[in-house]
Amino acid sequence: MEQVPLSHVLILSSILFFLGIYGFFTRRNLITVLMSIELILNSVNINFVAFNKYLYPHQLEGVFFTLFIITIAAAEVSLAIAIIINLYRRFNTIDIDDTDTMKY
Amino acid sequence: MSYDLSSEIILFLPLLSFLVLSLFGKKIKPEISGIIGTMILAIVAFLSLYVAFGYFFDFGKVDGVYVKHIVTQFSWLQFNENLSIDMGIVLDPISVMMLIVISFVSFMVHLYSLNYMKGEDRFTMYYAYLALFSFSMLGLVVAVNLFQMYMFWELVGISSFLLIGFYFTKPSAIAAAKKAFIVTRFADLGFLIGILMLSYGAKTLDFFVLIERLTATGSPYIASFTATSFLGLSTLSWALLLVFAGGAGKSAMFPLHIWLPDAMEGPTPVSALIHAATMVVAGVFLVARLFPIFAISAPDALHIIAYIGAFTALFAAIIATTQTDIKRVLAYSTISQIAFMMFALGVSGWGEGNNEGYTASMFHLFTHAFFKALLFLGAGAVIHAVHSNEMKDMGGLRKALPITHITFLMACLAIAGVPPFAGFFSKEAILSAAYNANLPIFYVAVFTSGLTAFYMFRLYFRIFWSKPAVKHEGHGHESHTWAMNIPLIILAAGAVFAGFIPFGSFVSAEGKAIELPFHLMFSIIPVLVGLTGILIAYVLYGKKSDLPAKISNSISFVYQSAYHKFYIDEIYLFVTKKILFNLIGRPSAWFDKNVVNGGMINGSASGTVMFSGAIKKMQSGRLQTYAMFFLGGVLILAALLVIKFI
Repeated sequence: MEQVPLSHVLILSSILFFLGIYGFFTRRNLITVLMSIELILNSVNINFVAFNKYLYPHQLEGVFFTLFIITIAAAEVSLAIAIIINLYRRFNTIDIDDTDTMKY
Repeated sequence: MSYDLSSEIILFLPLLSFLVLSLFGKKIKPEISGIIGTMILAIVAFLSLYVAFGYFFDFGKVDGVYVKHIVTQFSWLQFNENLSIDMGIVLDPISVMMLIVISFVSFMVHLYSLNYMKGEDRFTMYYAYLALFSFSMLGLVVAVNLFQMYMFWELVGISSFLLIGFYFTKPSAIAAAKKAFIVTRFADLGFLIGILMLSYGAKTLDFFVLIERLTATGSPYIASFTATSFLGLSTLSWALLLVFAGGAGKSAMFPLHIWLPDAMEGPTPVSALIHAATMVVAGVFLVARLFPIFAISAPDALHIIAYIGAFTALFAAIIATTQTDIKRVLAYSTISQIAFMMFALGVSGWGEGNNEGYTASMFHLFTHAFFKALLFLGAGAVIHAVHSNEMKDMGGLRKALPITHITFLMACLAIAGVPPFAGFFSKEAILSAAYNANLPIFYVAVFTSGLTAFYMFRLYFRIFWSKPAVKHEGHGHESHTWAMNIPLIILAAGAVFAGFIPFGSFVSAEGKAIELPFHLMFSIIPVLVGLTGILIAYVLYGKKSDLPAKISNSISFVYQSAYHKFYIDEIYLFVTKKILFNLIGRPSAWFDKNVVNGGMINGSASGTVMFSGAIKKMQSGRLQTYAMFFLGGVLILAALLVIKFI
């Protein structure tokens, strides 16, 4: 069976990455911004797994890193959700433009 | 107890007294603290006599010559292998003599102050300051090293400042204390430069090494030191003259004498201690300490010292004849007498190896300490009784203050040089040294000693005669207790008998005993001059008359300028206030205010504020703006990496 070439996988992860970046900059809802960050993280995960499989098939570091990132992303999401809930309680909104009081 | 241990105790007991009295003074009753201080000084005085006895009769003499005896010495600050600042205690004839003078007069003043300063506020601090002063003065005379001496020198300056300004609620006392400090400090600048020059030229600070290196014939140090000259004097002479400038400041030589009369604002016993017997002779002591270098390698510096001394002696004596504040008369008399010691050292610059001026100077220092301390303490007793410093408030006090009267008379006779009182012997020695060296100075000295007799007896007659004798004016102040009378009597004994000490066999420039010349024929003229002075004083002031006023009116201009101290203070004020303040003070104040403060300090502050105001907008609080910056940074880094690997 013919393998999918590495470049295809990398193109997929790049598309995911820039989708995430685009979402991060354009969304006004904090929850969607958070989801965009998850997209970025997952594009990185794909990269790790792909490089591991195609370049160093006898090693496992890429896979391990992916597992770590998934764990940390879960923790980070719970933290971010907690922050967003607190923001909502205080400002009654989760629009990113209305929560800019932490400044000079 | 060994002599070495005793001399260490002598130095550190007053320091201990100072520490105890100043740290725990609040917990001690004033009377007790006075007694503690006095007891400690009594021990110090006794130990000084013991050490002096040991030095002069037991261990000091080697082969008929008094040599230095280093009690202790350790390196305190090592600059390099060759140059270090040492601390130590050295005994040699002059330091031992000074130990006696300082501890003895200081003890007398401590004892006297028990009564004189009774009931003053800060009585304990007064004793603490006295102890600090005694410590610094004792440390000064036993110093092994120029720099050690300089440190104690400054300690003496600060304790003198504290004592002059003791009545710090009086503006005049504060002004006097500041004046004394600033003038002597200004002179000490010269001293410091002199020390640096000497240590640079001779590569040492130790007195004895310094003397050895700068007096040996053919020494390379002298050769390099005298190679360059400036204004006709070699570098060595300039260094020594700068050192002398420090001594002139402390010893109130013209033109740095202006602080001493004002320093009379301090309590009278302080004047007796500091401004008569001890601190003001520090300058003489300094020149005497370096005397071999002066005499052998830089006689031209000694000539200058001699001229300055002779001029100051005459100058101060003329002013003393016109002053009406009794302490000021004594102050100018002190300046004049110190100047006698100074030019006695100076005249050794003429004539090879003829160092009798050195012995005469030290002798006069010794006897002067007794009778001048006595005069000040006597004046203190008079002031204590009449509550005034002015002569016009006095007169006819001989019955009211009998003990003060008799002792004061003895001191006046001593300072006037009437035989057989102490001052006669030492003054004859000085005159003889001057006669053998430089005749003009001799004539000035004889005339000045006549003036001395005149103004001292003017003082004496104005205080104790001139009006009908008064007995007790009823305010009960002849209740001078033993604490005030005993010092007077002891010092009077010193003023009478100190002259009989064969001083030449103890103190001389080389350490060998020398015979002070004493010729009956030579003494006749000075004694006659002195007696004439006394006679004139009696005619003018013995009874109340208007003769003095007539005379002073007839020479009004001279009298007025002498009364105003030849306007030296005014000249100083003119130079400082009008010239220095306007030319240097104001421009530098302007520079400080506008350039340093305005430009550099405020300018940099407002620059920072403006810059931060400009960049603070970047912290907008908008999450996506931050992310934009972040992404921009990452892209730039990525671009850099790409460029690098292409």
